[in-house]
Amino acid sequence: MAINTDKNVYTVVFAAVMVVIVGSVLALTASGLSDKIQENEKFEKQQNILYAMGVNGNVDEGSVNFIPANEVESEFTNYIKKQLVIEGDKVTEDSNAYLIDMKKQMSIASSGGTPKLPLFVGEKDNNKFYIIPMYGKGLWDAIWGFIAVDENMVVQGVYFDHKGETPGLGANIKQRYFMDDFTGESIMAGTRYKGINVAKGNNDPLNDRKDDNAVDALAGATITGNGVSAMISQTVNLYKGYLKTIRVK
Amino acid sequence: MGLLSKKEAGLVLDPLADNNPITIQVLGICSALAITAELKASIVMAVSVMFVLAMGNVVISLMRNIIPSKIRIIVQLVVVATLVIIVDQVLRAFAYELSKTLSVFVGLIITNCIIMGRFEAFALANGPWRSFLDGIGNSLGYGIILVIIGFFRELLGSGTLLGFKVLGDPIAKTGLYSFGYENNGFMIIPPAALIVVGIIIWVQRSRNPSLVEEN
Repeated sequence: MAINTDKNVYTVVFAAVMVVIVGSVLALTASGLSDKIQENEKFEKQQNILYAMGVNGNVDEGSVNFIPANEVESEFTNYIKKQLVIEGDKVTEDSNAYLIDMKKQMSIASSGGTPKLPLFVGEKDNNKFYIIPMYGKGLWDAIWGFIAVDENMVVQGVYFDHKGETPGLGANIKQRYFMDDFTGESIMAGTRYKGINVAKGNNDPLNDRKDDNAVDALAGATITGNGVSAMISQTVNLYKGYLKTIRVK
Repeated sequence: MGLLSKKEAGLVLDPLADNNPITIQVLGICSALAITAELKASIVMAVSVMFVLAMGNVVISLMRNIIPSKIRIIVQLVVVATLVIIVDQVLRAFAYELSKTLSVFVGLIITNCIIMGRFEAFALANGPWRSFLDGIGNSLGYGIILVIIGFFRELLGSGTLLGFKVLGDPIAKTGLYSFGYENNGFMIIPPAALIVVGIIIWVQRSRNPSLVEEN
């Protein structure tokens, strides 16, 4: 029997049936896989935090290597001694602080509320690291990351990531040659909490000057670079109340 | 090609050269410009499109007799979008690292004109097996061009291939750079892709003059 596919009734019924089928297939896939996906996201966050404090699988200067996902949970409890939540002047410990959504907290902060700010205290070879999560805006979409400082407010490592920056240009903020430049820079300018600028033409491509609050920008990625600068200074600004209490020099 | 008849083999091989979706039909140009700044992204995109196009062609071909013609474009879009979302979810659950690399491309796959073009021009009128072959052929033709563009843009623009510094280190001035060679920053911005596509089209048409349209 040939179906008359031009009839309006058929078209509507077809559309309705298709929507139901597609909807259920997608819902089923999403709910079936959500546990696994959430677990992956959790491990990724732990890997990122540890990466910023220098606990990673990097072997040479070329590529970013995290510690493997199946070890990250135990390593995380090994190295991260304290997870703090800073809410105004109140500082509390919370072992799930790393799951706090920075995007939400940043929007609370920008609308004038008191955000819950997570901060991780890590310890490696008797050195203390204060690892601060960041969240900001690149050219196309969100960028985020972690920055690890010591008691002197000198950067010990960073990790950046992005949702949809241009491959080959802005997406390179997660490359080693960009991230490694931040190590050794201070977020202080004198006694001011300034952050670190991603600067074009600062005549320091090898990043030898560590006291200029600037790293060399990526060619062709001006807006992503500006986003990184803004993200760092915003974060430093939000956390400076707490950072003042731990700063030594 | 014992497995395929001559006609079926043509479905796979024609899009590679004389009926190439990018250089002859000028489809899928947008993604060819956007993501070819590095070779790896080009390869990942080519593989993703191959999966979606081959699967989508089969699905559309199976449904070709029951799709109401008035809403067939929407039906095609829904099929592509569903496939892409499922692939994305599965990757996020079982190959998380890979899914992060792919994330940028997912949206681009849905809007790729080649996919809609093949659904419309081929899958709606042919059986599943031939549609599958057509999907593979066209995505290969698309992929080849992407890889060629990605190769030249990454090599000339960044001096690397798949991330390896094949020309030496531009900052430490080793390898080719010690002779005063510089990376061409122009190659990593999208207009450079257009020029590379243009050169490919030129080379292809000068080798095979029958491809040149008469005005």
